[in-house]
Amino acid sequence: MSNTNPLLDVTGLTKHFPVMGGFPFKRKIGAVQAVDGLDFQVAEGESLGLVGESGCGKSTTGRLITRLLEPTGGSIKYRGQDITHAGRKQLAPVRSEIQMIFQDPYASLNPRQTVGKIISGPMEINGINPPGGHEKRVRELLETVGLNPEHYNRFPHEFSGGQRQRIGVARALALEPKLIVADEPVSALDVSIQAQVVNLLQELQRDLGIAFVFIAHDLAIVRHFSERVAVMYLGKIVEIADREDLYDNPRHPYTRALLSAVPEATADEVPSRERILLTGDVPSPLNPPSGCRFRTRCWKATEKCATEAPPLVQVEGNREGHLTACHYPEVKETVPAPRLSKDPGVTA
Amino acid sequence: MTSTDQQPFLSVRDLKVHFSTEDGVVKAVDGLTFDLAKGKTLGIVGESGSGKSVTNLTILGLHDRDRTAIDGEILLDGKELLTASERELERLRGNKMSMIFQDALASLSPYHTIGKQIGETYRKHTGASKKEARERAIEMLKRVGIPQPDMRVDDYPHQFSGGMRQRAMIAMALVCDPELLIADEPTTALDVTVQAQIMDLLKDLQQEFGTAIIFITHDLGVIADIADDVLVMYGGRCVERGTKKEVLRAPQHPYTWGLLGSMPSLDGPVDVPLNPIPGAPPSLLNPPTGCRFHPRCTFTEKIEGGLCSTEQPLLKITDGRGAACHLTADQRREFFADYAATRSH
Amino acid sequence: MSRFLVRRVLGALVILLIISAITFGLFYAIPRDPAMMSCGKNCTPDMLAQIRHNLGIDHPIPVQYWDWLKGVFVGRDYAGFGNCNAPCLGYSFANREPVLGTIMDRLPTTLSLAFGAAVVFLIFGVGAGMLAAVKQGKFLDKFASSASLFGSSLQIYFVGYVAMFFLVSKLHLFAQPSYTPFTEDPVSWFSGLLLPWLTLAIIFTANYTRMTRSQLVEQLSEDYVRTARAKGLSRANVFFRFAWRGAMGPIVTVFGIDLGVLIGGAIITESTFSIQGIGRLAVDSVNKSDLPMLLGVTILSAGAIVFFNIIVDAVYALIDPRIRLA
Repeated sequence: MSNTNPLLDVTGLTKHFPVMGGFPFKRKIGAVQAVDGLDFQVAEGESLGLVGESGCGKSTTGRLITRLLEPTGGSIKYRGQDITHAGRKQLAPVRSEIQMIFQDPYASLNPRQTVGKIISGPMEINGINPPGGHEKRVRELLETVGLNPEHYNRFPHEFSGGQRQRIGVARALALEPKLIVADEPVSALDVSIQAQVVNLLQELQRDLGIAFVFIAHDLAIVRHFSERVAVMYLGKIVEIADREDLYDNPRHPYTRALLSAVPEATADEVPSRERILLTGDVPSPLNPPSGCRFRTRCWKATEKCATEAPPLVQVEGNREGHLTACHYPEVKETVPAPRLSKDPGVTA
Repeated sequence: MTSTDQQPFLSVRDLKVHFSTEDGVVKAVDGLTFDLAKGKTLGIVGESGSGKSVTNLTILGLHDRDRTAIDGEILLDGKELLTASERELERLRGNKMSMIFQDALASLSPYHTIGKQIGETYRKHTGASKKEARERAIEMLKRVGIPQPDMRVDDYPHQFSGGMRQRAMIAMALVCDPELLIADEPTTALDVTVQAQIMDLLKDLQQEFGTAIIFITHDLGVIADIADDVLVMYGGRCVERGTKKEVLRAPQHPYTWGLLGSMPSLDGPVDVPLNPIPGAPPSLLNPPTGCRFHPRCTFTEKIEGGLCSTEQPLLKITDGRGAACHLTADQRREFFADYAATRSH
Repeated sequence: MSRFLVRRVLGALVILLIISAITFGLFYAIPRDPAMMSCGKNCTPDMLAQIRHNLGIDHPIPVQYWDWLKGVFVGRDYAGFGNCNAPCLGYSFANREPVLGTIMDRLPTTLSLAFGAAVVFLIFGVGAGMLAAVKQGKFLDKFASSASLFGSSLQIYFVGYVAMFFLVSKLHLFAQPSYTPFTEDPVSWFSGLLLPWLTLAIIFTANYTRMTRSQLVEQLSEDYVRTARAKGLSRANVFFRFAWRGAMGPIVTVFGIDLGVLIGGAIITESTFSIQGIGRLAVDSVNKSDLPMLLGVTILSAGAIVFFNIIVDAVYALIDPRIRLA
């Protein structure tokens, strides 16, 4: 992926949110390390999945890439151009090429605007006049996302949740983006509707060659949608690989635990993966553990894990492009992880 | 349950729940029948508006009585709940039957400590003293796996993490050893690793206390993990019922096939698109005629005479197994085999 | 909590400083010469200059403000007028008295009026709002809602005069409104203020009815209220311990602001019933162009609002443990 020029090149990306406190005058007394040194690339037309549990920094990452948030450190390059701290003017041409789709189809559309107005908004703001005018283009877009073009003058409340998410997709497509950051685009939808929207996004990716950063907590949907997947834990990428490698041969203990926790809709007596129960809760990003951030919940942790942060590298046995940040990577078909106490909270 | 083996612990018969709203009458539940034995888990699957949550609020008598018309019967251990007085229901709620909800943060009072909220249920039903209630709360928190329960008992819900809040809610629901526990999407808002912890906890507790559980979810994976029997709801009606094995291995209703086809798996093929159900769930203000699923069903042309849109298919249950569909048993087998073929490698 | 209070009091002092500076600047930009008014009919330019010097108004405005500020802490001597001990908020040339003295004379009247009315509108407003919320959509709810709409559309000067005419002059149901210090005669204190209390409370009652109702209706639909019911708690228990607890926060907030405003003077009520409170003092000062007095009253009002804001925040934290004060 990195041999050619990537569409998006992220190195050392960091976002710390200051925490205020102190007496008698408030000042910065700490920082929530929401995202801490991410490295990844997205190739043209590729879909990269970002998975992890709440608080792992995946949504913050999405907002940093689209520059809705200002990075604290590191760099973001789009087609070789550094946009890490680009101002409004420099960002304008790039903004139209990087679009975002949000989770909540109810809150992310202005209820007082017609669908036509919502979708043509980005074109008007960026001064783009498509041949045949805005309305014609909006009708085309509505058709592309599977909505009736005649619904041009309707308001968001007249649509169902799935249809609203389609409107959000049409809005993102209006500027013919090269990269779409989709932050949990289907998690607010009913199961049967989720599949419709996932299929739509997949068609767009294939037919229009749009690259995706697909952020989700649902591991099965990410596997279905993204060719490459990065697993995040407490603001860091712990493992990144092509989906076959990641799902079939997880090397990081956290990836393995995460995959084992997904309930599968099968009636088999013996589960396909042995379930690893993680103990306790994710530590606070305000004061993350030293060394490897996962060590407090890892059944393999040693002294080394506490002192030395494992780098994200191609550990022995990984295929090319499969990077793992672990001192003691998992090996397939070895001793299974120990069964932890049935009641994990007690020992935490 | 010694001599009453003939009579199930919970029995719902032809339940109808209709609300009147400004726009008209919403037929939220329209003729639902099921049984649940002690120590067993019934999984109810359905999407938004399928009537699954309304059904369970009605069992507890928590629906808005002024605006709701209810028909049918709900027997808990032989006692009719629909005609019970408010006082009788108050004695049962939190005691013999209790409920846990999806959003633990919103469902716990932000103004009272965890210990107080658990303790007050105990005091209400046992008349225990404040001190006893507090001790019981600590014991329950310990039981559901909260570390340092004697310290955390005085915390407020916002000081707990998401998983711990759900544990606290379970502790609150189980403080009086209820015989029926209704869990309304209790893990939907949680991360998968926490979800796994909570489901293990529920299974352990069920084994220990023999609680009957109704587990509501939209996730067939969760059903596979926890349920004994499954009831699939669509548009306020039950479309399919059976044991977990029966429903997941050989589903008989096109809606259930659609649900399975909508869910990607962790080891299925990745290149084939998902097989979603077209359209959107029906409005219960003005539900479709005949089979409520027919506008979204891809098999309606297999049935002669347009029966699907005119006649409601009956749910015929034999040995706890059945589906409400006009397709014949042979057709169902054939179409599901076709469908399953597209999903395997 | 104590950290919070210290921080907020420091902040409040800064706010008061800014308000006083702005007010001072504005008032003294008005082309009115208090020296001229004090000088009288047989004024000579020399006398005028002397008076100006005595008053300290021959200096530039920033210097005058500094002198005024110094006076607040160490007192000030207005040569030819009188001594003004610390804390000196200025000297009223119209009344020939330190500003603070006059304000302190009037304050008990306004406090009695404000707190008395508050008791009335809290009891009736919140009570009616609770009833309306419990009987949502029923007759009582509709009645309370209509009554509150009617009440909030009334005006004090109208209600006040009508009440004076019928209830006092014609029917003699109420005593002539007047202020008697509580310590002197509690009974006449009560009877003299009863009508002003009721009148002042009418509009507030309506607002509190509507606010209480909408807050409670919202709270009653919260998930944790449903959970409390699912635990087997009774309706009444859930209503007061859960829903009302949640509804209290916003009500306390508005109440704090209302109280702060009322301490600054119920101008119309005091004028209507000829009660000599802070509001009346403000009106008289405007009529007499008594700028030092107006400055004093303005700072008192601002101080009252800032003070009640701190109290509201502290009370809010007591009601809602999610709000951490530090």
